[in-house]
Amino acid sequence: MIELTDVSKVYPGGVTALDHVSLRIPAGEIHGIVGRSGAGKSTLIRCLTGLDKATSGTVRIHGTDIGAATGSQLKKARRSIGMVFQHVNLLDSRTAAQNIAHPLEISGVPRQRRRERVAELLQLVGLTDRADNHPAQLSGGQKQRVGIARALAAEPQVLLCDEPTSALDAATTRQILGLIRQLREKLGITVIIITHEMSVVREICDAVSLLEDGRVARSGNLLEVISDSSSSLSRELISLPPTTHLAPGEQLIDVLLTPGGEVTHIGELVNLLQSQGLPAEVAAGSIETIQDHQVGRLHLKPQDPYSAQRTVETLTSAGVQAELLTAEDIAAEEAAQHAEDPAEVTS
Amino acid sequence: MTATLVAGDTWLNNPVVENQLPDAILETLYMTAATGFFTALFGLPLGILLHNLGPKGLTPVPALYRALSLVVDFGRAVPFIVLMLWIIPFTRLVVGTAIGWEAAVVPLTVGAIPFFARLVENSLRDVAWGKVEAVRMMGASDLHVTVNVLVREGLPGIVGGFTITLVTLISYTAMAGAVGGGGLGQLAINYGYHRYQGDVMLICVLLLVLIVTVVQYTGNFIARRLDHRESSAAGRRRFIPVPVQQVFPIHLPSRGTPS
Ligand SMILES: Nc1ncnc2c1ncn2[C@@H]1O[C@H](COP(=O)(O)OP(=O)(O)O)[C@@H](O)[C@H]1O
Repeated sequence: MIELTDVSKVYPGGVTALDHVSLRIPAGEIHGIVGRSGAGKSTLIRCLTGLDKATSGTVRIHGTDIGAATGSQLKKARRSIGMVFQHVNLLDSRTAAQNIAHPLEISGVPRQRRRERVAELLQLVGLTDRADNHPAQLSGGQKQRVGIARALAAEPQVLLCDEPTSALDAATTRQILGLIRQLREKLGITVIIITHEMSVVREICDAVSLLEDGRVARSGNLLEVISDSSSSLSRELISLPPTTHLAPGEQLIDVLLTPGGEVTHIGELVNLLQSQGLPAEVAAGSIETIQDHQVGRLHLKPQDPYSAQRTVETLTSAGVQAELLTAEDIAAEEAAQHAEDPAEVTS
Repeated sequence: MTATLVAGDTWLNNPVVENQLPDAILETLYMTAATGFFTALFGLPLGILLHNLGPKGLTPVPALYRALSLVVDFGRAVPFIVLMLWIIPFTRLVVGTAIGWEAAVVPLTVGAIPFFARLVENSLRDVAWGKVEAVRMMGASDLHVTVNVLVREGLPGIVGGFTITLVTLISYTAMAGAVGGGGLGQLAINYGYHRYQGDVMLICVLLLVLIVTVVQYTGNFIARRLDHRESSAAGRRRFIPVPVQQVFPIHLPSRGTPS
């Protein structure tokens, strides 16, 4: 279990990078941390690893107070954390196998045992035939697999991933995320993934925390967070393509389909509306499968203000979150998202 | 002048070539090897220290770094020929004499250490910081990170720097020859220059160029073999011929009388 209690970090010069952050991440969970560039994500990771000290508050990983640990204690604590980096950071002078063996050398594991463990890990990440290749001879995805094997070498209880897929293409990203999920299942490790890609969170995380200006703006189980249609994080996780050409005064109905309600599938929604004699013209829609549940967000285009009102009432009484939006609401929302875009790309 | 410069029947039949050239070659090689050895021995740790105390090092100590930098830059700024004369008392203290190739090794080493140390520092600085953090995260000590990450990953650059240092050193052994340091430089000055024996001069020049070329090639080869980076400069770098001025960097103001 990872526990941050009231953690603040003020850099010399007065920048408050973390502002009273409290988080509890139970063992075995895959926890995503998202936020714009400058929100404090890297600082959070640095405090978790002890590369940086929190100004106040405590960081505990499986009972060890990272902030208070020094010297050999800190080194020992670090060995219980495996770290995966965006730029992998393998040593170019070592082969894949030697890179994976490196943490074992540092903890003084005997040569024979080291060799067995490396073989095991290479198999775990599916790179047995690449053992003697140098990083320069591996693809981006293969390098990250070696990076993950290296992070796991010393049998850590926690895997910290800092933008692990941001330098990879979509297909490779899926493979790497699949690997991480599989590792959690096999080894029961706790995983923290820092990312700016919502698709990563949707695909793999059990829970997610949104950092904003050094504060935890939202934190919780992924389905819960998504099901709260009022949160901006929900809108980002299940995002819709921009709606074009909405005349002033025209309206849209924003619908969030979540498991738990009476209506959990698009088909049921359409049936429900048709049984009431209401049209169901979908202007935009996005459906994702999250933790084996279907979650969707739709923009329905009503024919007139009266049917709009009735549609919202019908859906609400069936336990579906539905809200009437005007052209102005949508323009404002899109403007807000665009303002965030440039920052997202550079993080 | 023309008589001995193109000494017809004696051209290359010169007894100097037979009697003194082998020793001169050996002296130049010994001088270079010994200086290279001591330069690596002292320069590498100094370069590592400079890097680690510096702003991008493992344990930055700004004040100490500035002080050390000052000393190193001072050592690099003093012209070699002046340094050589200036530290004669120190040379006597170390090897007991100020003449001969053994004596030349002392000022050569003193001059080369700061030069090489800076090159080492630059190579270490080029090692990506992410690698340092990754290995620190494994619970490694600073010593381990220095040896296994900084030096090992910076090795192609360090070898390249050492090659440059050796090439420069060979030219300096020639200069040391001008003031009694022995070797091919002294032969060139005593016979080729003072006694107008053009054949001796030519042979010395060619031999020095040959030695420099071999060193350069070997250095490049080793650096390439050590280099596993994806698209590294060392991997692509071709041999760049060394200009003769670099082998003979001295420009004497006027020709002395033949002795
Ligand atoms: N070493 C540092 N010194 C001073 N300010 C820093 C330092 N590192 C980060 N910051 C500041 O702390 C804030 C959070 O940064 P960071 O943790 O890097 O955010 P993120 O990783 O989410 O982009 C930013 O305002 C950044 O400028």
